[in-house]
Amino acid sequence: MKPVVNDLSIHIATVNGSGSQTANSLILRAIFQMGIPVSGKNLFPSNIAGLPTWFTIRASGEGWVARRKRNDLLIVMNPETAAKDVAEMGPGSVIIVNESIAIPEVPADRIVHRVPMGKLMEPITNDVRLRRLVVNMIYVGVLAEILGIEEAELERALQAQLGRKPKAMALNQAALRAGMAFAREQLAGASPFRLERMDRTGGRILIDGNTAGALGALFAGVTVVTWYPITPSSSLVEALIGFLEQHRRDPETGRNTFAVVQAEDEIAAIGMVLGAGWAGARAMTSTSGPGLSLMTEFAGYGYYAEIPAVIWDIQRVGPSTGLPTRTAQADLSFALTMSHGDTQFPVLLPGSVEECYQFAMDAFDLAERLQSPVFVLSDLDLGMNNWMADPFVYPEKPWDRGKVLDDAALAKVRTFERYRDVDGDGIPYRTLPGVRDPKGAYFTRGSGHDEAARYTESSEVYVRNLDRLARKYDTARTLVPAPIITDAPGAELGLIAFGSTHWAMLEALAMLQRQGIAASYCRVRALPFAASVAEFVRRHKKVVVVEQNRDGQLAERIRLEAPERAADVLSVLHYDGMPIDAESVVAGVLAHVAPPAAIGQGVSR
Amino acid sequence: MSAPTTPPAAPVNRIGLTRADYDGSKTTLCPGCGHNAITGGIIQAAFEAGLEPHRVAKLSGIGCSSKTPAYFLGQSHGFNAVHGRMPSIATGVHAANRELLLIGVSGDGDTASIGLGQFCHLIRRNVPAVYIVENNGVYGLTKGQFSATADVGSTQKTGRANALMPIDLCALAIELGCGFVARSFSGDQKQLRPLLRAAFAHRGTAVLDVISPCVTFADHEGSTKSYAAVKQTDAPLHDIDYVPFYEDIHVDYAPGTTREVKMPDGSTIVLKKLAEDHDPSDATGALRVLHESRAEHRLVTGLVYVDPASRPFDEELAVVDTPLAQLPLERVRPPRQVLDSIMRAYREGTVAVGAGGG
Repeated sequence: MKPVVNDLSIHIATVNGSGSQTANSLILRAIFQMGIPVSGKNLFPSNIAGLPTWFTIRASGEGWVARRKRNDLLIVMNPETAAKDVAEMGPGSVIIVNESIAIPEVPADRIVHRVPMGKLMEPITNDVRLRRLVVNMIYVGVLAEILGIEEAELERALQAQLGRKPKAMALNQAALRAGMAFAREQLAGASPFRLERMDRTGGRILIDGNTAGALGALFAGVTVVTWYPITPSSSLVEALIGFLEQHRRDPETGRNTFAVVQAEDEIAAIGMVLGAGWAGARAMTSTSGPGLSLMTEFAGYGYYAEIPAVIWDIQRVGPSTGLPTRTAQADLSFALTMSHGDTQFPVLLPGSVEECYQFAMDAFDLAERLQSPVFVLSDLDLGMNNWMADPFVYPEKPWDRGKVLDDAALAKVRTFERYRDVDGDGIPYRTLPGVRDPKGAYFTRGSGHDEAARYTESSEVYVRNLDRLARKYDTARTLVPAPIITDAPGAELGLIAFGSTHWAMLEALAMLQRQGIAASYCRVRALPFAASVAEFVRRHKKVVVVEQNRDGQLAERIRLEAPERAADVLSVLHYDGMPIDAESVVAGVLAHVAPPAAIGQGVSR
Repeated sequence: MSAPTTPPAAPVNRIGLTRADYDGSKTTLCPGCGHNAITGGIIQAAFEAGLEPHRVAKLSGIGCSSKTPAYFLGQSHGFNAVHGRMPSIATGVHAANRELLLIGVSGDGDTASIGLGQFCHLIRRNVPAVYIVENNGVYGLTKGQFSATADVGSTQKTGRANALMPIDLCALAIELGCGFVARSFSGDQKQLRPLLRAAFAHRGTAVLDVISPCVTFADHEGSTKSYAAVKQTDAPLHDIDYVPFYEDIHVDYAPGTTREVKMPDGSTIVLKKLAEDHDPSDATGALRVLHESRAEHRLVTGLVYVDPASRPFDEELAVVDTPLAQLPLERVRPPRQVLDSIMRAYREGTVAVGAGGG
């Protein structure tokens, strides 16, 4: 049988805290270094140690990196989930099981390899704890041998990770080699899947979205960072702290050109950001759903008082415990109008790690230009998983600090009024505390203020202010990242998506094309929308919006952009906590364009 | 009072400003409100201290008290925040610009109820800020409900008595390690002004719990925070003088009758002993005084506790001297080679990839 080359998914079932992370990232790195496009997804529980965890690696010569529903190889390391894990594997798949784990009877068209991992570990170390951690390297060795992962690349990846710890290095090497030797001797030619070197990853990097966002903030010149620990957002700030401590210490004094404050809660975190932004710092916070909920009152205050703030939301599923470590795109509507009263915020929607980096910088420029809290909506899949990317580009532009009047500027004006729309774009001028010119001082408060920031309860003034704020939001349409639109010639079908859904969309578009269905594609990258989004809707007969939430939050906004076409804007919705996959997208789209064709397993409405 | 025959030029302070330069807009609080007297005290103390208005940021939360920053120092930036959250604003402003003197005004509802958490964490971090609580035991703006500082047995106008223990903000502040804790009375300007000036000089969070009777909802018989009740129970710990670093101490105190506290800027707080000798450097003793006086229905006022050497938050943050808000791009954007080396690490895999956690 001809093997399947460079197109496979490996599902590794382990126990949280068992040290499988080193092993799994080693496989990922080695495949990547063989020039084969690869992605890794960590499906982990809300737990430190003991609960089941899975890591899925997809290698795709064609470059697809979204989650696949079907896995080709399974590594069974967790007795608790073994039965269910094995049952999910389809015909033709390969199951590699630690011999000590009992698994149910498997149909004959699945290949099962039992590996005596305990026995193979015996000569390597007597330390029981080390055996438990290093045993993962046995399956790396077995996989390497049966798939053809190059030993030299594994060694190189291991060297890069553990090179500075010779003892750990030697142990891991020994286990890796033991796994390879066993597979070579016992399982020769036993896999229908192979990996073969190609040249599609040269010069690229592997990085997660949260680290990318942290890098963007570093080069944006962030000065004040506040946060409260929450998964899946913590790793963004933790990465940022690492970068700041390394690269933002004054060379002469060793002191910091930044301040990071771990707040007592997310209310305080956003309060600190507003205080710092008001006083002229580039200030940001990062959170996830529950934290975002706590920030609502202050967000509205920031909108009315017009204070720059950058707020990252690494989206996860709903409140409290349950699935805090699963992904979603369900905070869009909430972030967009967060707070009571009439509020609307610019919301940036990065779809790649490159955009996490770039939008981290853009968000500060926009927040200071627009004098508004700006949200950046990433998600767990984008934020915590590893993605291939081109190396990030150093910012060529200086920063945009927006309309700030310093003493020199104040000296040139007769009067200063904090909330007057001098330029007609809805954006007023501001001063920072510390400015010497007495006419620069003003009093900041919420909704009830006139152009000179004086207290008023006048209805007329209130309406005037609200209308100016709406004008300002209109200005934002032209400043936020524009959508990326690819028109298929003559296509009547248009697809719209945002954020991490993009990767399943690319694959789905190719699958649809193979089925003879041409579709244009619009990836929105921010709200408020550029005018081109409505135009995209208007030039397609049918528009399908694909997103990872239950109620079609983006679709709802798209309908508002082209209300006369609202009935032609349909949804494909995915909201089970797992990253969306291309098959589900295709099934959902087909259900809309070719009824009553069979609807796959994708959740669609 | 007779009018002078020739109007004298308004006196100026050491930076050449008149008292009027420290005024704000007209108060909109009830006539006779204790808060207005505190506003007057702040204006006078700022004038006497020669504060540069542009170096001051006024902060507040929500409530009658929190309206008052509009009524003083009109040449300073002000920030009337949301209810109970002024401390987080203060923390952010300080992180952005450590050169600003933060004067925060809050109330007992704003501090002891909705804002208790932020109050505690401001103190815990020791963010340099003067935190004035205008404490009247009731919610004025919402028409007289009890706050969490109302004394047991104190009554509302309707006659309903409070049954719950009050939160003693001074005792709490000492417990949290606050380096400047004072209690005063809006009717005692002689005590309030030197306390304010000392608080301006403190490097760290300075808490001033100022009993400030609410003339509309808590000035009746049965209220323990009425003018009459406070005048009757007020038990000063000492008489206070504040001698700024640029003035000499007049030596007209009999030896052994005063305690002196040196502030970091060279100023001196002179405490003249009254009946009992209160040692404000003794936190345990200060807590005992607060506990005993509450049991005896006495309102002790004065400098309850002070530690001029407390470590302020900007030292903890180890930030550069220049306010972070004023750093130019070249000091906050690392050079191109930094990005290049980080990208190399992510290309070659020399950084650990992947993450987990819950």
